[in-house]
Amino acid sequence: MELVYSWLKEYVDVDLPIVDLAHALTMLGMEVENVRLLGYPKPDGGNTGISFHGLEWDPEKFVVARVDEVMAHPNADRLVLCRLFDGKDELSVLTGAPNLYPYKGKGPLAQPLKVAYAREAAKLYDGHKSGQELTTLKRLKIRGVESFSMICSEKELGISEEHEGVIILDSTAPEGTPLVEYMGDAVFEIAILPNMVHCANVIGVAREVAAYLKKPLKFPDTTLLSKGPSITDKISIKIINADLNPRFVVGLLQGVKAQPSPYWVQYRLQLAGMRPINSIVDATNYVMLEAGEPLHAFDYDVLLKRAGGETPKIITRTARKGEKLTTLDDVERELDDFTELVCDSAGALSIAGVMGGLESEVTDQTTNVLLEGASWNFINIRKTVASQRLNSEASYRFSRNVHPALAETGVRIGLQRMAAWSGGTIAEGLVDEYPTPRVDPIIVISESDVERILGIQLKAKEIAVLLERLDFVCTIENDLVNAQSPAYRTDIGKDVIGKADVIEEVARLFGFENIPPTRLQAELPPQRGNRSEERDRLIQDTLANLGLQEVISYRLTSPESELRLYPAGSEPEVPQYVEIQNPIAVEKRVLRRSLIASVVEALERNIRHQERLLLFEIGPVFLPNKDELLPDEPARLAIALSGLRHPNTWDQKGIQLLDFFDLKGILEALLDALHIKEYVFTADTHPSFHPGKCALLSIGEDQIGWMGELHPKVKENYSFLEAPVLAAEIDLDMLFTLSPKDFVTTPLAAYPPVIEDLAMIVPEGTTSAEIEKVILSTGGILLKQVNLFDIFRGEQIGAGNKSMAYRLTYQAPNRTLTDNDVGKLRIRIINQLEKELGVIVRKAD
Amino acid sequence: MSEKSGLIQELEALQAKAELELKNIQDSAALQSWRAEYLSRSAEVMSFFKRLPEAPIEDRPRIGQFANQVKTILETQFEKKESAIKQADLDANLQNERLDVTLPGRETTRGRLHIQTLVLREIYRIFAEMGFQVYRSPEVETDENNFELLNIPAYHPARDLWDTFYTTKPGVIMRTHTSPGQVRAMREFAPEPIRVTLPGMCYRYEQIDASHEIQFNQVELLAVGKNITFGDMKGTLEEFAKRMYGESVRTRIRPSYFPFVEPGGEMDVECFVCGGKGCSVCGGKGWLEILGCGMVHPVVLRNGGYDPEVYSGFAAGLGPERISMLRYRIDDIRNFWGNDVRFLEQF
Ligand SMILES: [Zn+2]
Repeated sequence: MELVYSWLKEYVDVDLPIVDLAHALTMLGMEVENVRLLGYPKPDGGNTGISFHGLEWDPEKFVVARVDEVMAHPNADRLVLCRLFDGKDELSVLTGAPNLYPYKGKGPLAQPLKVAYAREAAKLYDGHKSGQELTTLKRLKIRGVESFSMICSEKELGISEEHEGVIILDSTAPEGTPLVEYMGDAVFEIAILPNMVHCANVIGVAREVAAYLKKPLKFPDTTLLSKGPSITDKISIKIINADLNPRFVVGLLQGVKAQPSPYWVQYRLQLAGMRPINSIVDATNYVMLEAGEPLHAFDYDVLLKRAGGETPKIITRTARKGEKLTTLDDVERELDDFTELVCDSAGALSIAGVMGGLESEVTDQTTNVLLEGASWNFINIRKTVASQRLNSEASYRFSRNVHPALAETGVRIGLQRMAAWSGGTIAEGLVDEYPTPRVDPIIVISESDVERILGIQLKAKEIAVLLERLDFVCTIENDLVNAQSPAYRTDIGKDVIGKADVIEEVARLFGFENIPPTRLQAELPPQRGNRSEERDRLIQDTLANLGLQEVISYRLTSPESELRLYPAGSEPEVPQYVEIQNPIAVEKRVLRRSLIASVVEALERNIRHQERLLLFEIGPVFLPNKDELLPDEPARLAIALSGLRHPNTWDQKGIQLLDFFDLKGILEALLDALHIKEYVFTADTHPSFHPGKCALLSIGEDQIGWMGELHPKVKENYSFLEAPVLAAEIDLDMLFTLSPKDFVTTPLAAYPPVIEDLAMIVPEGTTSAEIEKVILSTGGILLKQVNLFDIFRGEQIGAGNKSMAYRLTYQAPNRTLTDNDVGKLRIRIINQLEKELGVIVRKAD
Repeated sequence: MSEKSGLIQELEALQAKAELELKNIQDSAALQSWRAEYLSRSAEVMSFFKRLPEAPIEDRPRIGQFANQVKTILETQFEKKESAIKQADLDANLQNERLDVTLPGRETTRGRLHIQTLVLREIYRIFAEMGFQVYRSPEVETDENNFELLNIPAYHPARDLWDTFYTTKPGVIMRTHTSPGQVRAMREFAPEPIRVTLPGMCYRYEQIDASHEIQFNQVELLAVGKNITFGDMKGTLEEFAKRMYGESVRTRIRPSYFPFVEPGGEMDVECFVCGGKGCSVCGGKGWLEILGCGMVHPVVLRNGGYDPEVYSGFAAGLGPERISMLRYRIDDIRNFWGNDVRFLEQF
């Protein structure tokens, strides 16, 4: 909300500099983000918490001036010469403002005009350039007439974008007075919190400031200066549902004439962010900004006509099925059956609290105005706003729950302002339909409540004093305060909620700054740690230590994006996803089911910038669960690698590419870090992977994940380079469950090992795992380790065969092994290998 | 003592000659031939032992002794020379092996954690030292947990604070904050006291640009127990700010509104870039907003299973991406999940 400084000062004596006022507003819960200055110099010094912007009006250069005569320019039709008095001198000033043409050649003006006058060398915004570009007034000749100063437009002074004509000030403006003194101002851009609609108006803010400064609020007089006949037989009101429309108040103003509002009114409206329209509409807007009640002005004669000359009858009700109304934005709207309407006997007049109808709108011809102030159910207004996608200044307020008391106050102030600016006679009295007057809650709060929540000790009297400054009506009983919420607030609840609401008010006015910080002394809860956090940490650290880069992807993706992991033409049926009902883009319309897809995409994104990439991500995937409302969110690990095995250096050019066994090595290292021993990789097939380069990782019965080289046809779906792409996806939850919480070390061996090599010719189809298994199971406890150290293929081995060489380490815990011990084992192993696997062990030379 | 025998005189001359030659030797080849000449089996000094019978019998021991002495002296000098030459050779070799130490080191592979993993861990650590433990909860949530139980009924004005992604399943949404974890933790632990850190990814319906993301981390803090006060909240959060932003950082809490806390506030730290003078990072304000906080609302306590007349607590929520953006001057929030390694490898 834009809070106009001069306006605020009408209701409270603010004796704070602008910076301090901004700080006070912020600490009251109305954060000031920036301040727009009109004429005032920027305060110096930083750490204000606010940014300032605006044009300074040098008091020497900008003054109020009087135009006594408007004369034609000798050489130009579109220019005029003004005989002007700036408080010191009579001058002739050239201008091209169209709004002065009507005065041209009329001789000395009976009603001189007051204008904002800028002297030579004044710094102001260039009216002819878009945006705000500073310029300095210089002496120059325009069509043979010397010009050195100007009469300013709003744009030139930084008030608005308006540059069609010059500002014509109210006739009371004192010529010669520096402009900044006359109309210098500041506009505070304040954030209104959703529960503080009572502050979304100038008086609302003034109340808070008054409470802060311990000063009285100067509330406008609401006595009606009625001169006309009574309103009573001019209109009647019927509320169908008081839940939706607790109160409806109208007043009547007869014999009005819509005209431009006084300049000071237009100026304030502009500063507050509203466009001046005419004196009738401006009055409704002005009062809304001033007092917080959105008013609606009907053309009374239209109502009369619609009633066929009978007494018009206002009826508030919900819309009928299929009912339509053309609102004053000229849109015909089909209404929902929950939408509350203001109607008369002929049908709908306006969408209650949101927007008026076109037909009964006031126009320049309107002479009789029926002014409505009402109270509406805020939830219902919100539904209507959402359904009609129709936001207005009125609905902004009504959807945040405006107190019904404001309906009457608003109409009273509104009628007066309207009469003052548009003329006319206020009819005697108001018609006020208020079936069940609101009872503002009374909250009981104790000294100990305040101490328990805020940590400060206040006496009941002190609590009451704070609350009374905020207009709560308080009584004290011992250590209890009974506080009744003021009749303009709707944010104070009942009972325990009301207590919290009131404690917040105590804290706010006591000042958050004044509550001393303390250390938590409450009982420490049982310390549980978090296994999943520890798991993530261990896995992330291990993989980063192995040289992998962690990535974090969007969880929102598309099924197409995940299907890229399948060869074109053999995509599986699209599985069930968690789908977003209102996605921001089609490529972000479901939650991922595959983490590998994310990481492979991250690899793709970087492949052109990096010669080698090793990426991993951990995080949830989202799997709909038929039996549960919420999907399962199992944690996954995905890894993707591609490129050079070793980085290129200036003396070594890498040629080896990362392959299957690099990825497998990483997984083995990870398993080792988790102290998982009993895992197996078995050859497997998966449509995403090369049929010969794919493995399933299992631990016992559990399948933990897949790894492999991407199928060449899958690779084609991405813009990858020549190098193979390796990828794995692991079920982290399962992996971590299978990791032992504890493990023990083995003592360092005291006796030397015996190491032997065993080479054998093996049929191609026999796997290393099979051979190792036979060796290990035959070798018994003395055989400590088996390591494959060479594979060789060649003519001498024979086609369809390979030579595999293993290094066997024998060791006993309690003695040095003899050749005899080892020899016996070796023979047994060889026999078993030859028998079980049909390999030929090559005898040592 | 008899006159010097002729043999001794010869030995003395030989020693002088050998020493002179040795002095001039510069390389190991010459040294080896010197050794062959003077100290080998067939060398001159050795021949004196064979010639001992030429001398009178009573002089023989003395001559023999003298010859031994000469031999020892020459051998010692040889060793000295030999080691001097070796040293000189080594020095010369080492000189030839001189590297251009300004050449780049050989690249090793350094893996890295994502910057947000690091920042999250830093936050966890600070809070863990104050007894707050990580408590995780689902990213896909019920409307009830995300809003209703947090005192944000449907059509409440506060709902405007969150632009929500809805799933196609009624009542199921992407959590807009980690606050549903508050309800989950309370329902799990009531009536025990609680101190938890609630971290994780949250989602908001926005158009993505340099300063708006649909997916972001949040970390919340929740303390529930007896006699937990606004002062405790202030003290805890001030300690956190000092740990995160430096011992001397100035903070302030100003009133704000979140439906699940009351009183509610937002904490600012004095801009650590400009020291409060105003700069582009703080938008000229001198303060940076770092977190929202407040005393747990009685409705939320009640929904969590705690009697608000007996228990109280505070909650605070902060944005780890914002911390990184401020600290590392990241000007585009899209960098975080963009997964460009050129960005990630800068940490
Ligand atoms: Zn700064």
